[in-house]
Order: sequence, then C-alpha cells, then structure tokens
Amino acid sequence: MLEVLKQKFGSAILDHHQNYGDETVVVDRASILEVMKFLKQNAACPFNLFLDLGGVDYPNRNPRFELVYHLYSLPRNRRIRIKTALPESDLKIRSVISVWESADWFEREAFDMFGIHFEGHPNLKRLLMWEGFQGHPLRKDYPIDKRQPIPVMADLV
Amino acid sequence: MDFKRFFGDTILTTKIESVVNWGRKYSLWPMPYGTACCAIEFMGTVSSQFDVSRFGAEVVRFSPRQSDLLLVMGTINYKQAPALKKIYEQMCEPKWVVAVGACAASGGFYNNYSVLQGIDEIIPVDVYVPGCPPRPEQILDAVMKIQAKIDYHA
Ligand code: SF4
Repeated sequence: MLEVLKQKFGSAILDHHQNYGDETVVVDRASILEVMKFLKQNAACPFNLFLDLGGVDYPNRNPRFELVYHLYSLPRNRRIRIKTALPESDLKIRSVISVWESADWFEREAFDMFGIHFEGHPNLKRLLMWEGFQGHPLRKDYPIDKRQPIPVMADLV
Repeated sequence: MDFKRFFGDTILTTKIESVVNWGRKYSLWPMPYGTACCAIEFMGTVSSQFDVSRFGAEVVRFSPRQSDLLLVMGTINYKQAPALKKIYEQMCEPKWVVAVGACAASGGFYNNYSVLQGIDEIIPVDVYVPGCPPRPEQILDAVMKIQAKIDYHA
C-alpha cells in the first residue's frame, strides 16, 4: 500500500514506516481528503472501516499538533495509520465525514480536546465537555488542577 | 392521671417523632446512583452474602421519588453533576445521602479537568465511606450510621 500511495500522491506523502507489519504514512494535510478517499475507494485494498482518530500535542515540536487516523480493511484484514501534522497558528484540516460518516464524533472529540477545526463538519461542537467549557483539556498546557464552573442542567431532548 | 399506676407495664410512653423515626430507620429505601466500580460493591451488599435487608434497607428503588437514602457510588464528573443534583432535589424529605468510595467523597485519584472533587460540592452528604472500592461491610456500616443519625434527631 505504501508504494501505491507514493506513486499516486508523490510529494504529498512526507514520510512512512513499517513496524511489525503495521504501516504508517505521514501525509501533508492539504491532501488528506484525497488520500482518504483513495484509501477507502481503491479496489485492491479498500479501507472501509474508520477505527479511530486521535490527536497528539507535542509542545516542543513544530508543527505542534498531530492527528492520527486508524483505518481497517475488512475484506483484506489490514490496518493502516495515517498521520498528519498541524501548526498551532493554523489549526484546521478538512473533515473526512464525506468519506466515512463514522468520523463525525471522532472529529468532534478532537475539536473538544485539542481545538482542531474540521472544515466541512456539519455539527462541530463539543462532544465530551459541556457547552461553556473554556479551553481544550488534553492540550499539554491546560493546567491539570484547573476547575471550571459547574454546568447547569442541559435540555435532555 | 398516673398512667403507671393505672396501666402498669402494659403501655410505653414516648414521643411521636421517636416512634416515626424508629420506623424510618428500619425501612430506608435506597436509591443507588452507581456510576463506576463502587456500584459493584453495592451488588454484593444487597445480595445474600452481606444482605442489607438485615438492616431493613433492601427495597432498592430506581426512582428518587420513592426513596429516602441516596447512595452515590462512583466517579461523578462535572457534566453529570447537574443530573445528580436534580435527582437529589426530586427526593422527598426526609432524605439522607451517602458518598460511597473515594471518588464520590473526594474525587478519588481523578484530580483532573472532568471529575467533581467530591459530591459535597453540589449536595449535602451525611456519611462518607472511604475505600476504593469500600468493602460491603463498610456500606453496611454507613447504613448503620444513618440509622444512628435518624435516632439522634428523634
Ligand atoms: S472510589 Fe475507586 S472503586 Fe470507587 S468508583 Fe472510584 S475508582 Fe472506582
């Protein structure tokens, strides 16, 4: 798969490695949607299951943030990891909901925890924390003992 | 009239409050608010091995309007704090609250952005039970402490 991606996307594939059979590809964030579409739709090994999306904060690195997509191919029983880096000054990336609808809540979680904006997401609001929460708690510079006002009851329906 | 001479040992004199509270303390109706691992200990407490019915508190209700003993067992985070408060408010007086386990009593080891540092930030608590999780005997002890408290107020 790495070879196929490299041939097809060329310079958009910034790096890749493979440990114990797990393939990892670092993709330029500008081409994330195209790469994802290809991974889902290619006939040889369609990655039809969106497993997980995680954010990472490396305070000492530039670009500081990273998104890690985990994909799985049910017909081929293979996994792939897609990483992409985001600078703090411009924290946005295109949403992949148009490719996998299940990315919806994962992207909301990453927005909630790290403040990453997903362009094209139909309902980008906090998932785990409540409305009115200030800041993004999984950033490394969020104070560990910071407390916020206790929320009021939200409408359940 | 001298009751004692007239009726001998056949009657007891007391206060109405004492009698009512004597009844109350042996018929506590717990409402389990179990959110995490501590709630598993409550299953042991109500089951045959420990048997909370020996203390008259075996009629577990899952509606706050039918219960008078709120047992908060588990981690309470900020987002559900208003729900817990609402449940407490829905219970009729008189009512008692037990914070079971380190999490409910103090936040436990979750000193972070999401976990309430003890339910006494939002509702009054009568008995705190230490432990992570507490033994069922400790929950029984909490029930006995509540009973003592009911007695004391009579
Ligand atoms: S006090 Fe310990 S056992 Fe009880 S809910 Fe918290 S973590 Fe679980």
